[in-house]
Formats: sequence, structure tokens, C-alpha cells
Amino acid sequence: MVFWVLALAMGGAAIGVVRSNDVVHSVLFLVVVLAGAAAQYILLAAEFVAWVQVLIYIGAVVVLFLFGVMLTRAPMGDDGAHLNNDQRGAAAVVALLIFGVLTALLVDAFGGQEIRFGADLVAQGRPQAIGSDLFRNFVVPFEVLSMLLLAALVGAVVLARKD
Amino acid sequence: MLNSVWIIVALPALSFVIILFFGKRLPKHGAEVAITAVAASFIGSCWAAVEWIDRVNASEHAAGIVGFFGKGMMPSDSANGGVEPVVNSLTWWQSGGIDFGVGTYVDGLTVMMMFVVTLISLLVHIYSTGYMHDDKRYTWYYAGLSLFTASMLTLVVASGTLQMLVGWELVGLCSFMLIGFWWEDRENSRAAIKAFLTTRTGDIGLIIGIIILFTAAGTFNIAGTNAYALQGANNHDILLIASICLLIGIMGKSGQFPLHTWLPDAMAGPTPVSALIHAATMVVAGVYLGARLYPVFYEGFSISNGGINMMALVGGITILVGASLAFVQRDIKKVLAYSTISQLGYMVMALGVGAWVAAVFHLFTHAIFKALLFLGAGSVSHGGTHHSFDMREMGGLRKKMPITFWTFIIGSLALAGIFPLAGFWSKDEILVNAGSQGFELFLIIGLVGAFLTAAYMTRCVYLTFFGEYRGKHHPHESERSITTPLIILAGLAIVGGMINATPLGIKKFTEWVEPTTNFPKVVHAEFDVPLAVISVSIALLAIGVMSYFMFRREELTKFKGLTQRNRLARSGYTLLERKYYLDYLYENVIVEGIRTPIARAMYWFNQTVIDGLVNFLGRGAVRVGRFAYENIDQRGIDRAINASANEIGAAGGVLQRVQSGSVQRYALYIFAAVGVMSVALFVLSVS
Amino acid sequence: MELNQFLILSAFIFAVGVYGVLARRNGVLVLMSIELMLNAVNINLIAFSAFNHNIRGNIFALFITAIAAAEVGVGLAIVLLIYRNLRSPDLDRVEQLKG
Repeated sequence: MVFWVLALAMGGAAIGVVRSNDVVHSVLFLVVVLAGAAAQYILLAAEFVAWVQVLIYIGAVVVLFLFGVMLTRAPMGDDGAHLNNDQRGAAAVVALLIFGVLTALLVDAFGGQEIRFGADLVAQGRPQAIGSDLFRNFVVPFEVLSMLLLAALVGAVVLARKD
Repeated sequence: MLNSVWIIVALPALSFVIILFFGKRLPKHGAEVAITAVAASFIGSCWAAVEWIDRVNASEHAAGIVGFFGKGMMPSDSANGGVEPVVNSLTWWQSGGIDFGVGTYVDGLTVMMMFVVTLISLLVHIYSTGYMHDDKRYTWYYAGLSLFTASMLTLVVASGTLQMLVGWELVGLCSFMLIGFWWEDRENSRAAIKAFLTTRTGDIGLIIGIIILFTAAGTFNIAGTNAYALQGANNHDILLIASICLLIGIMGKSGQFPLHTWLPDAMAGPTPVSALIHAATMVVAGVYLGARLYPVFYEGFSISNGGINMMALVGGITILVGASLAFVQRDIKKVLAYSTISQLGYMVMALGVGAWVAAVFHLFTHAIFKALLFLGAGSVSHGGTHHSFDMREMGGLRKKMPITFWTFIIGSLALAGIFPLAGFWSKDEILVNAGSQGFELFLIIGLVGAFLTAAYMTRCVYLTFFGEYRGKHHPHESERSITTPLIILAGLAIVGGMINATPLGIKKFTEWVEPTTNFPKVVHAEFDVPLAVISVSIALLAIGVMSYFMFRREELTKFKGLTQRNRLARSGYTLLERKYYLDYLYENVIVEGIRTPIARAMYWFNQTVIDGLVNFLGRGAVRVGRFAYENIDQRGIDRAINASANEIGAAGGVLQRVQSGSVQRYALYIFAAVGVMSVALFVLSVS
Repeated sequence: MELNQFLILSAFIFAVGVYGVLARRNGVLVLMSIELMLNAVNINLIAFSAFNHNIRGNIFALFITAIAAAEVGVGLAIVLLIYRNLRSPDLDRVEQLKG
């Protein structure tokens, strides 16, 4: 039940992101989507991921977006003509195509499968479990990821430097 | 050595090959190779001669003496105590049951011929180092000389008529090449061709004769052929025909009338060549053939019966024709050429009257003094007249060129048959044999010939060496390489006759050379002193008359210009000058008559038929080409190519629009493609 | 709950994201659409993780989140550059690849 509400909200907000004529509105719709995703995670007993989602995405990424909007002087307010390009129609078709294929595929593959909930699932989502698995089996990717973040940081600074 | 005479033949051949390939790079330009080879062959010949003489001597002392005769062939076999010749042969190939072999047949005649050929060749080689010194084809000259020597030796040692034919043709070829040695002058080439073709005409007879003999005797072997010929009277007709055919060959090669016309023209070649080939060796090939196959002629012409036979007649006519024509020559070499013709007539006539030894002996002595005379003439031209042979430019050379003068005198006297020089002994023997057995006509011819010989030689000598010098150069004696052979030959001319001085009981030549096997029983006439005296007197008379005529010519005004004034005399002179119109007959009548119509017909055919065809085809090809160019090329193909190029351009223009530069457009394409592909995959996996 | 619910939801959001990437003109908006797509993937992963009782999915999602954050940082830097050079964030003006 909760799921359907969330799903509906997320779907509408997603469409809002891509169809809104106001950049800031799009950003806000994105926030809705991200939050809804976090709620879905909780529904799926992945608490830690949900909190990370909220923290990182909504907390940092969206802020970044807002900064970006500000810095690129995107015209605030209604600016529909400038925000959508010529291939809207084709893009819609393609998007529909992709959605259709995916759906058909999923129905065909996973139709009728249910998620079983249990104590192990809950335990799975806890930070303890994630932390232990992460630092036991995925240490190297973790370190690489930190390198990646460093590179991204440096890269962004370099790129955006004013000279 | 007698079994290995092929070495004597091979050495000059080897020298030919070496000179051909390496001659230009050697220090003496090939001359040293040639001289070495010929000298070696000469030594080999002497050695063979010595061995043969031993062989003869041993057989005379009857049997029991084996020992140093090589392969142990017993010299004496037949009942008449003859000396077997040494025969070696190997089969070259067999075809149709017939054995074609090559080999050597060595007897006294062979040994003598080898001796003569290598001796004269060696002297000519040495002489040529001086005479041909500045010639630009010096190397090739020596190559030609080597090849000639090898060919002549092949002919001489041949054990079968086929091999003899090979040698015969080869010497003809060498003669051709060497006569036309200075081919830049058209005359020389013409003379060479004339020589070749004339002897070729004679060769027709030779080849037919060989074939006839082969079919009759069943073999190409000389011994076999001779044995067949001696067999008896029932094959007389075949032998007669064969003899006539072979005689035609002799006429061509040895310059007998009427095929003698090439010899005077052959004087266009270098003088040493004339000395070697046209005096001493090649021209005697015919006489050698007659001597070698003598039983065939003897039986064929029934020489034992006496009287006139074709061989003697041909020889006799030749004597007179040659001698008479020698009178009207201005060129010293041509005088000697006609003299050679005349002397060859003597040899053939001698064979015709059964005087085998006399003929061969005369061959021997003639080679010596005729070579001497030719080389002397060469010396005269080399030192005296700056390479001219015209006697009108000579005169008074005896003071300036003493060695040449004296040797030439000796040669002339020998030729004239003056006692005791070489020519006397041999010519006299011929006359003696001609005088017996019903051959009296030929005796008369021989005596007349002797008279004429002495006379024309006197004229020649006078014009060259006596009187005042009429030329424009500075005559001087020639160098040693030229005079040394002259001196050697002169010495031989003096003593050479002694080898068969029959009245003195010396018959060494007969003993050594005359074949004793497969040989008819010829009659040896005894030396006749009165006849000898008569012949010498005739010669001396001739010399005297001519000398008087020549020396006193200034005072004999009524003889002067006689040939111009008197019509009879003039026609006679013209007859001689035109060489009895024989050349005219051959060239203008026979050859022209055949050649001109054929040439005209060929020309017409070429111009009208062949050229017309070619032109027609050419025009057709041009028309086809033009059509192809205009229609097919320009219209069809070019248009097709242009159209396809335009299409491609248009397509390019269309595709150009895909590259819009907009990344989002590209992304659209990508996503669309992914979507389509996944649909496809999905459908495929489901179905 | 059915697995498919989440999955189809994820597919929907993904498709919307695709539309956004293709159809929006502003660079920042494109980036936001990319965020949408990434989130859709995340939902998918978590759903499977719950379905299979495998924690790997969670961890993968975490990684994706981190990478997405890094990518947004760099991407915005690029958009800033474009804006600086072209005086406008309009992506249509970026057509140097035009052939």
C-alpha cells in the first residue's frame, strides 16, 4: 500500500523533472524522486542505503545542482521554450520503447515472484552487516572509490578554475 | 704418334677456341697461341713422319720387328709386302644400320700432307705477325688461321669420305671468311662469295660422288672404298660416274677449268692467306682427294688403258688456260693466282696419266715455291709499294729489297722447273709419265705449259724487280718476321727436290709416300734424260725470249703498242683480258638470267600483295578504333561513370546530415538502437 | 510485495530519465536526468538484493551512489565551462562535432 503511494509520487515527480519548464521546479521534483527512492529502500529493509541516499543525494547532489543552476544563470522562472530541444518527439518514442521492452522483459522473467521478508533481511540492511561485508570483501573497490572521489574533486576544481 | 694424330688436328682447333674467347686480352693478341699450336702440330707431324718412315723401313726388312710401333699393328701383311696404314676410328652414331664413324687414316700421303700443311701454316703464322701487324682484326685473323689449319688437317687425316667432306666444307668456310677479311670494301665480300659459291657448285659433284660410292661400296671408309674400286671390271660404270662427280668437286676446289674463276678474285684476301690457302693447302684438297681415292679414278677413267681421259684433259686445259691468262695481269698476285691454277692443272693431269707419285710430289714442291712466291709478293707490297700489288707501280726493287728479290728469283726458277731446283724434279716426273703409254698429247701440253710458265714468270719478275721504280713511295726491305720465312722456303725450294731425285737413284719420296695397299699397279716411267734436257731448254728459251722482250722493250718499237694497233692482236688481248669471257658467261648470262625475273616477281608480290594486305588491315583497325572511341568510350562508359559518381555525391550529402554535431542527437540514436536491439533479442528469446 | 513492482517502477523512472537526457536543452537538466537513471538502477539493485537475500546489492548501490556524486561534481564543472565559453547553458549551441 505504502509502496503504491510512493510509486505514484515518484513517477509523477520524475515526469515533472523532465517536463517542467522551470529549472528550479525540476530540481525540487528531483528531490521528491530521491526521497521517494529512500523510502523505497526502507520498505526493502535497506536502512543504511536509505540514509546514505538521503544524506548524499539530497544533501549534497541536489545542493550541487542548485549551485550549478545558480552559476549558469539559468533563467529562473518560466522558460519553457528554452529548455526542451527539437527531438522531444523522438525522445518520447525512444523512452517509451525502452520502457516497453523492459516491462515486457520483467514480466516475462520475474512475473509473480515475491519478496520474502525475514529477520535475515532486516539484519542484512543494518550498517553492521554492510560495514563488515564492505570492509571484508570489498576493501579494494572501496579504496579505489576513494581515489575516484579524490580525482573527481581535483578534476572539478581544475575544470572550474577561472583562468 | 701415328695412333694419336688426332692431337695434331685438335691443337689448332683448341687454339681457335682459345683465341676466340681470350685472344683480345693476351699480350700478343692471340698470335702467340696460334703460333704455339701450329708449331706443336708441326712437331707432331714431323714426329709422325719419322715414325712412318721407320714403319716403312721396318717392313722392307721383312717381318719380325715389332717393338716400337705403338699398338702392335704389324706393318706388312699382304702378299706384295705392303705397308699397312694406321687406321683408328670410332663410331659416332649409327642410323639405319649405317655406321657413321670418325677416325684417322695415316699413311705416307697423310704424313706428307700434314707435314706440308703445318709447315706452311707455321711459316705463314710467323710471317703474319709482321704483315698484319697493324690490322684491327688481328686476333680474329689468327683465329681464322687456326681454324683453317685444323680443318685442313681434319680433311687430310680423314678415315672416311664423310669426314673428308666435313673438312672440305670447313676449309671452304674458312677460305670465305679469310678472303673477305677486309669486308668493308665491297669487292672483297663479292670475291669471297664468288669463291664460296663456285666451290659450292663443285661440291654438288663431290657429294653425289660420295653418295654413289657409298651405295656401291657399302661403306664410307677410304680403305673399304678403295678395295671395292680395285675389285674388277664389273663395277666400271658406277666408278666412272662416281669419278666424274668427284672430278667436278676437284674442279671447284682446285680451280680447274671451268670452275677456276674464283681463284684470281680470291686474291682480295690478305697475302699470307693467299699463300696458305690458295697456293699451298686448300686448293690442293682436290688433288689430295684424287690421290686418296685414286683407285676409283684409276678404274673409273681406265687410266691404265692410256689415251685421253677426262681427268687428264681437264688438267691439260687448265694448264693452258691458267698460263695464258697469267700474261695479261697487272696485279702480281693475280699472276701468281693464274700460275697456281696452271700448276694445279699439272697435278690433275698427272693423276690423269697415272703418275700418282709425280702428282703428289709436285703438290709437295709446288706448296713450297708457290708459298714462297706469294709471301715474296706480300713482302714487296709491304715494304716496297705501300700495300699495292699493281706491277705498274713497281720496278727496280732488286736493289732496295735484296732478300725479297733473291728469294723470289729462286721461287720463280723453281716454278719454271730449272735444274736443280725443286720444281724441276717434280715437273719432269710428270712430263716423263705423260710421255709414255699413249699420253703423248699431254706431254705436249705439259711442255707448252712449261714454256708459258717460264715466260710469264720472267715478265712478272722483270716488271717487279728490274727497270726503274715507277711508284711514289720509298721502298725498303721488309722486317725479319717477313723475310725469315722467305729464306726458309727458298732453302727448301733448293733442296726439296732431292728427296725424289730419280735419276740419281733417290726415290725416297716414292718409297715413303706411295700407298702399297689398295692401290692400283701404276706404272712408273723411268727417268728420261733427253726429255729432261728438252724441258729445261724450253724453260730457258722462254726466259731468254721474254727477257729480251722485256729488257729491250724500249727499242722494239714495232712491238710497242701492238695490241692497240693491230686488230687481231687486240682481240686476242681482249680475250685474255676478259679471261676468256668465262666470268661474263657466269655472272651476266647465267646468274642474271635467273636472278632478275625472280627478283622482279618478288618485288611485285611484296608491293602489291603483301603491302596491300597490310594497308587494308591497318585502315580497318583505325576505323574500328575510332568507332569504339566515339560511341562506346565517350557515350557509354563515361556517362555511366559520371552518373554513378553523382549518385554517390548525393548519398553523401544525405548522410552528411546525420552528423549534426549535437551530442543529444547522437544519444538519441544510441538509445533508439539499444531499444530496438533489446526488442529483437527479447522476441528471439521468447519465441 | 511482488518483486516486479519495484522493478517496473525502476524501469519507469529509467525511461523517464532517458527522455530527459534526450529532450532537455539545459546541461544541468540533463545531469539531473542522468541522476534519475542512476537512481532507478539503485532501486533495481536493492530490490534484487532483498529478493535474493544477498547483501551485495546494497553494497553495489552504495558504490553507485558515491560514483554518481562524483560524476555530478565533474559534470557540473563541465557545464560551467560550457556556460563560460558560450555564454549560455544551452546544449544546442554545443555543436563543434558537426560534420
